[in-house]
Amino acid sequence: MRQLSQKFTFLFPAVFWLMFFFVIPLTIIFVYSFFERGIYGGIEYVFSFNNYYRVIDPLYLKAVLRTVYIASLNTLICLIIGYPLAYFISNQSQRKKNILLFLVTLPFWTNFLVRIYAWMIILRTEGFLNNVLLWMNLINKPFEILFTDKAVLIGMVYGYLPFMILPLYASIEKLDRNYLDAARDLGATPIKTFWRVIIPLTKPGIIAGSILVFVPSLGAFIIPDLLGGAKSMMIGNLIKDQFLSARDWPFGSALSFIVMAVVLILLMIYLRFGQTVSEKLYSNK
Amino acid sequence: MSVRVWKIYFNIHAGLIYSFLYFPIIILMVFSFNQERINAVWTGFTFNWYETLFKDAELLNAVGNSLLVGFFSTILSTIIGTLTALGMVRFRFPGKKILDAVLHLPIIIPDIVMAIAMLSFYVFINLILGLFSIIIAHVSFNIAFVAVVVRTRLAGFDMDLEKAAMDLGATPFKTLRYITLPLIMPGVIAGALLAFTISWDDFMIAFFTSGVGSTTLPLKVYSMIKFGVTPEINAISTITLLFTMTLFFIAMRLLRTK
Repeated sequence: MRQLSQKFTFLFPAVFWLMFFFVIPLTIIFVYSFFERGIYGGIEYVFSFNNYYRVIDPLYLKAVLRTVYIASLNTLICLIIGYPLAYFISNQSQRKKNILLFLVTLPFWTNFLVRIYAWMIILRTEGFLNNVLLWMNLINKPFEILFTDKAVLIGMVYGYLPFMILPLYASIEKLDRNYLDAARDLGATPIKTFWRVIIPLTKPGIIAGSILVFVPSLGAFIIPDLLGGAKSMMIGNLIKDQFLSARDWPFGSALSFIVMAVVLILLMIYLRFGQTVSEKLYSNK
Repeated sequence: MSVRVWKIYFNIHAGLIYSFLYFPIIILMVFSFNQERINAVWTGFTFNWYETLFKDAELLNAVGNSLLVGFFSTILSTIIGTLTALGMVRFRFPGKKILDAVLHLPIIIPDIVMAIAMLSFYVFINLILGLFSIIIAHVSFNIAFVAVVVRTRLAGFDMDLEKAAMDLGATPFKTLRYITLPLIMPGVIAGALLAFTISWDDFMIAFFTSGVGSTTLPLKVYSMIKFGVTPEINAISTITLLFTMTLFFIAMRLLRTK
C-alpha cells in the first residue's frame, strides 16, 4: 500500500503532464487530419481521407520527395564523413577522447538558429566565402550558393553531424580489438578487415546514427527557411504554411502525422538496438 | 608504411571536420567586432554593435521573456524530471516501457510536429497564447532531458544507503531529503542547466505558441535575420553562444564529479 502511494508521488506528475500537454495535443492533430478545412480557415467536422490523398498531389508531392531526397543524402554524407572521425576519436587516449567528444557535442547545445545564420554570412553572394575565393583569384566573379539546395545540404550536414558521430563512436568504442588482430593475423588486408569485420560489428551504431540524422532532417524547418530558396520547399515549410498562412490545419496535421508515422517506425527499429537518444547524447563513455 | 598513411589521413580528416564544426561560429563571433556593416571584409575593431544592443528596448524585452520562460520551465521540469528518474529506477509497474517511450518521444519527434500539436491544443482549449503557453510546452520536452541526466547519475548510486537510513528509522521523506537528494544533486543541477539551455535556445515551439508581446530572444533574432544580415545579429548571437556554452560546460563538469 505504502509502495503504491510512493509510486504515485514519483510518477504521477510526469504521467499527468505528458498526458495533458503531449499525448492529448498529438491526438488532437491526429483527429484534425481526418477533417476538412472550413471556408474561413476553420475546421469542418466531416470525416475524410482527403488530406492524406492530397499529399500525392504534384503540388505537394514535389516538396515531400525533395525532403526525403535531401534527408537521405544528408544521412549518407554524415555517415561517410562521420565514420572516420568516430574511428579516429575511439583510438585516442581517454583524456583526448573526452575533449574531442565534448567538442562534438558542444555545438548541439548552442542555438541552432544562430549557427544556421552563421552559414548565411559565409555563403551569401557578397559574403565571406566569395570574398576569400575572389581574393585568392580562384574565381573571377562571386557565385551564388545561398538560397539553393546545396546551401540547405551544407546546413543539414552541419546541424546533424553530431547525431551521427556519437552513436557511431559508442559502437566503435565497444569493438573488441582482438578481432582486428585476428583478421590481420589471418592475412586480411586493412580494407578487407574494414568491410568484413569492422562494418558488420558496428552496424548498430550505423543504424542508430542514420535514424538520428534522418528523423530531424525530415522535419527540418529553419534550414530550408533560411538557407533554401523559394524552390527549396521541404515538408517543414509546408506544415508551417498550412498553420500560419494557408490556415488549412487539417492538411497541416495530416502532413505532420505522416512525418510522425515515419519517425515511429524508425524508432521501433532503433529501440531494437537498446539505448535511447538522450542516453547517447549525454554519455561521454 | 600504409599504417602511417592511414594515420595521417585520419588526422587530416578529423582536423577538417572540427574546422567545419567551429569555423562558422568563429566567423560569426569575429565579425561581431567588425567596423564595416557588411559581414564580409575585416575593416577594424569595434564594440559598437554590442552598444546598440543595449539600447534596443525590444531586444531587451525579448531577453527578459526568454529568462522568464527558461526560469519557470526549468524549475517545473527539474522537479518533475527528478521525481520521474527516481520513480523509474526504483519501481516496477505495468506500462513502464510505455511511459519510458512516451517520456522520450517529445525529444525524438521533429519539433515542428510538437509545435503545431501544442498550438492546436491551446486553440482547442481556448488558452490565450503567451509566455504561459511557451512554458508549458517547454516543460513537456524538458522532463525527459532532466530525467535522463538524473538517471545517469543514479546509475552509480548505492541503493543500500537508502535502506540503511530507513532501517535507522528515517521516514521516506527524510531519506529523500537528507540522503538521496544530496547524493544526486550534481545530476539534478546539471539536468536543470541543460533544460534551461534548451528552453533558452528554442525557436520552433515558441514560434508557434507565443502570443502578442511574448516574443522570446530566438524569435526576435529570427525576425532580425529575416530583415537581413547585420553585425547586431552577430553580437547578440555571440553573447547567446558564449552563454549556453558556459552552461553546458558547467553541466558536464558537474556530471563528471563523483
